[in-house]
Amino acid sequence: MYVAVKGGEAAISNAHRLLADRRRGDRDVPALRLEQIVEQLALGVDRVMAEGSLYDRELAALAIVQSRGDLIEAIFLVRAYRTTLPRFGYTRPVDTAAMLTERRISATYKDLPGGQLLGPTFDYTHRLLDPALAAGGPVETPAHRAADDERMPRVSEILAGEGLIESDGELPVDREVADITREPLEFPMDRDARLQALARGDEGFLLALGYSTQRGYGRTHPFVGEIRIGEVELELDVPELAFAVPLGRVRVTECQMVNQFKGSAKVPPQFTRGYGLVFGQSERKAMAMSLCDRALRAREFGEDVVAPAQDEEFVVSHLDNVQSTGFVEHLKLPHYVDFQAELDLVRRMRAEHERASATVVTETREAAE
Amino acid sequence: MKNDRRSERQEEAGRKAAMATLAAAPALVLADLWAAAELPEDAQPVRGPETGLVTIRGRIGGGGAPFNVGEATVTRATVKLPTGEVGHAYALGRDRDKARLSAIADALWQDPKRRELVESRLLAPLRAMLADADRRRREETAATKVDFFTMVRGED
Repeated sequence: MYVAVKGGEAAISNAHRLLADRRRGDRDVPALRLEQIVEQLALGVDRVMAEGSLYDRELAALAIVQSRGDLIEAIFLVRAYRTTLPRFGYTRPVDTAAMLTERRISATYKDLPGGQLLGPTFDYTHRLLDPALAAGGPVETPAHRAADDERMPRVSEILAGEGLIESDGELPVDREVADITREPLEFPMDRDARLQALARGDEGFLLALGYSTQRGYGRTHPFVGEIRIGEVELELDVPELAFAVPLGRVRVTECQMVNQFKGSAKVPPQFTRGYGLVFGQSERKAMAMSLCDRALRAREFGEDVVAPAQDEEFVVSHLDNVQSTGFVEHLKLPHYVDFQAELDLVRRMRAEHERASATVVTETREAAE
Repeated sequence: MKNDRRSERQEEAGRKAAMATLAAAPALVLADLWAAAELPEDAQPVRGPETGLVTIRGRIGGGGAPFNVGEATVTRATVKLPTGEVGHAYALGRDRDKARLSAIADALWQDPKRRELVESRLLAPLRAMLADADRRRREETAATKVDFFTMVRGED
């Protein structure tokens, strides 16, 4: 028999009140303002925007405060907010070659047009904790140098000139661009749907999978052809205007991974590619995304699917941390009835087991006599 | 006829450039400039201001087939001036007041008599500010350019 139980309203309400108190912490410490988070925890904000799949710095900062710095909770809040807004349309594809570049490096060419621009990077720091930051002293202003207007072609263009690399990924022109927010996931996926899923996927999960390909679970022999970070212009076609309306700029990180060769009877051997494009300054994520993109193209290149990173259904079904946390965390919600049923079952199984062993004992004794 | 089309295209390009400047403008700066320029604010709202999403698209490999990267918040507004011009505004973010003012600016820009006022009092200072910020950013990035010692750069 099951009797419905109600209750806990007061406990829940007090728990949320306690949460608000703990979130605020010691009242003698000044409360965080959103602009402090936007300015000083910018990469955390970027991660929430990328995996929340919503470019809005202030909202991401609000989500970070509300979640007490739990970024997956913050991503969850942002995803929930997204669903409350109407959709105005799809922008024209951004042109990353025309980016206002803030960082651009290549691991394949030392001397490439436009040069190597380190930008605001953690690379080459010694990873020693800096007590000066704790003291909160003044910070130097950045150095300046006259900027040349040298064109900054993508590295893929350089290799493409010699025909040594596959072209940018083409799909049939007349097909609709896949949208995983509108259509349920179906396997096998096209590359555009997969890239959309990867772009909002969990950084840690993609990082681990990318790493696994380097360790031999679906090796792709990657080189970073190029990473660039900077702002790109957005334009939207709207019915009321004859031209695409400019919306402003967003910061993105792009990674062009160059991988080992593939050829066929028709095409001579050439480098293959993986691509990553992520909101904000998210270099690790863009790199991991490009590694996973390439690994997931295994079938397209006739490679054996033997490793987790090559298994599209496995990767795409588990890369979303909002889905993952929802299903893992739901385990802590009341399962009293399910558990009662299990308890009942295990008691019956034990009773049967005991009866059976009692019979065996009796039979054995009888046989011995 | 050909000249007509050309001037129409020029007009369109000018309007688009104005809308780009307004979209890029920080909301507070726009409001301050507006107040200082004593531009008229009376306009009838036709739609919004309202906030929604746009889906940002990229291209596979940078130049290949399009794919959806994720969404961004955008606020839009449409207004009608007492003199009849209809103005539109779209900009990233959730600032309704910025969208409303930008839509009025777009409407005023379409009136040849008031275009100059919008250009000189509003758009010119905004453009100067935005260009300055971009130049500063470029110079800061350029200072982090790697000069390899084994490499000869420039003339012989």
